[in-house]
Amino acid sequence: MAKYIEMIRIRFLMMLAYRTNYYSGIIIYSINIAAYYFLWSAIYGGKEDIQGLSVIQMTTYIAVAWMARAFYFNNIDREIALEIKEGKVAVELIRPYHYLNMKTMAALGEGIFRLFFFSVPGMFIVSLIFPMEFSANLSTWGFFGISIIFSFIINTQINLMTGIITFFLFNNDGLMRAKRVVIDLFSGLILPISFYPGWAQSAMEWFPFQYISYVPSMIFSEGFVGSEVYNAIMMQLVWCLILLVPIQVLWTLAKKQMVIQGG
Amino acid sequence: MDKMIHVENLTKEFKSYSSRSGLKGAFRDLLTRNYKIHRAVDSISLDVKPGEMIGYIGENGAGKSTTIKMLTGILTPTDGTVTINGMNPHKEREKFVKTIGVVFGQRSQLWWDIAVQESFRLLKKVYNVSDEDYNEHMSMVIEALDIAPLLDKPVRKLSLGQRMRCELAAALIHNPPLLFLDEPTIGLDVLVKLKIREFLKELNERYNTTIMLTTHDLSDIEALCERVVMLDEGKIIYDGALNQLKTSWGEGKQIEFHFKAAKSREELNAATGKQLVVWEPGENANTWTANVTNDEDIISQVIGDVVSNHQILDLKILETSTEEIIRNIYEEGVIHG
Repeated sequence: MAKYIEMIRIRFLMMLAYRTNYYSGIIIYSINIAAYYFLWSAIYGGKEDIQGLSVIQMTTYIAVAWMARAFYFNNIDREIALEIKEGKVAVELIRPYHYLNMKTMAALGEGIFRLFFFSVPGMFIVSLIFPMEFSANLSTWGFFGISIIFSFIINTQINLMTGIITFFLFNNDGLMRAKRVVIDLFSGLILPISFYPGWAQSAMEWFPFQYISYVPSMIFSEGFVGSEVYNAIMMQLVWCLILLVPIQVLWTLAKKQMVIQGG
Repeated sequence: MDKMIHVENLTKEFKSYSSRSGLKGAFRDLLTRNYKIHRAVDSISLDVKPGEMIGYIGENGAGKSTTIKMLTGILTPTDGTVTINGMNPHKEREKFVKTIGVVFGQRSQLWWDIAVQESFRLLKKVYNVSDEDYNEHMSMVIEALDIAPLLDKPVRKLSLGQRMRCELAAALIHNPPLLFLDEPTIGLDVLVKLKIREFLKELNERYNTTIMLTTHDLSDIEALCERVVMLDEGKIIYDGALNQLKTSWGEGKQIEFHFKAAKSREELNAATGKQLVVWEPGENANTWTANVTNDEDIISQVIGDVVSNHQILDLKILETSTEEIIRNIYEEGVIHG
């Protein structure tokens, strides 16, 4: 276990290695949230509420969605793809750890770093400028915490899968880009799921994407109440378990037909 | 258990796709693709005793790296068995890799953006090395490789020679009984090469570390290895002592004479008529090379005969270098020996 915790620490150091990245990261998060705030206040245009969400709830939803994104978002699919393309995966495989677990821990290190050093300061800046409504309810915070951990797991699992597919395709930039757009769109980051037409909503129930962003943001902005919260978290857990299966299958296949590129 | 590495009939096949020519061919490739089965390693058998230092040589694409990758558990063999330290590298990968160290000369295993010592610290945790073991062993490694001043620098700021020494240290953090080095001296200057060689010798003496080395630089092998394994097109074509390779292949000696005046072949043949000598002209009419068999009597006889009949300015005795021997083997095939 110590080695996995050490990996989180190393990832912290790597994120801190480039200071400009760090400072610009905070600014980018603030700008993103601000842009969405102005967009939504234009759309509301004086209306009390749309689809049961008030303008303040909406702003909170967007801000929290971005804050959660800082935690669950990671580039390990790209990293895996790059390591495969350059043949660096050979070096990873001579170490006594599980490659995918180590990648997950690296992603977690990155997530924790972004959450505390990008989003929290970013959030603080944003909350000074725009009106937002943070729940005083401790249990809401608690459920939100559990929920974003599951968001992280689901998103990381999807990234691992996309990454492993590089073993078979050798170049899957297109797939990774498509995955990113699909996640941003169908996870409810840009638009809450309840805004989609009914048929799209029921179609999306068959995919894990809404459990990445929509669920934690709804929990935090108190769009979900009572048993809805428990159901949503249960569904997240179910998806975490379901996604383990394809990962295991892909990884076993990948190891069998691995080719180390470039000598 | 007196075998460190036991390899039997190891084979690795790769599917390689070939694309058809032209636009029409490119469209056909979208639907079905042609592929060939390429045998990178072809039923290799090999035994290595603990404490041996083996040189593994071969041309580019001969299958050296593929073999190393199978021995380290990265690639799954198509056929054959590998037992190292009593383990199957592929099946028990995580347990197995704790007992080996690997340096790939062409890839870095240190983390690019962070200081060398942070990489070491992570590896120490990864290999579960205790503080005492780490301090005792690594202080020797750090001193021998002279990398103490580099430890707090990020890897991206090191030169190639500095990085390679750190790579070697990183591969040794857990003091493995078996070390694989895949072209560890590629692109390094003579001083760094010497330092690395000396260090490897010391390591071998001190811990009885088994070392398997692939390289294109034969001086590495001459300096370190008593045994060489030579590979060509995936097959082992020679496995034995380096000395033996020299005696059975280093056919004869060449004596290069630099005469005071121009000489003709007839004059020289007249002087050394009794001996088995083949004269070859050198750069100019004053220089001639005598090819003789590697026999002390003949050599001294030839020199005596020439010197007593002709005035010379300079004289050199040349021995076939290992590099030439290897080149000869690849050009003529090994059957000759």
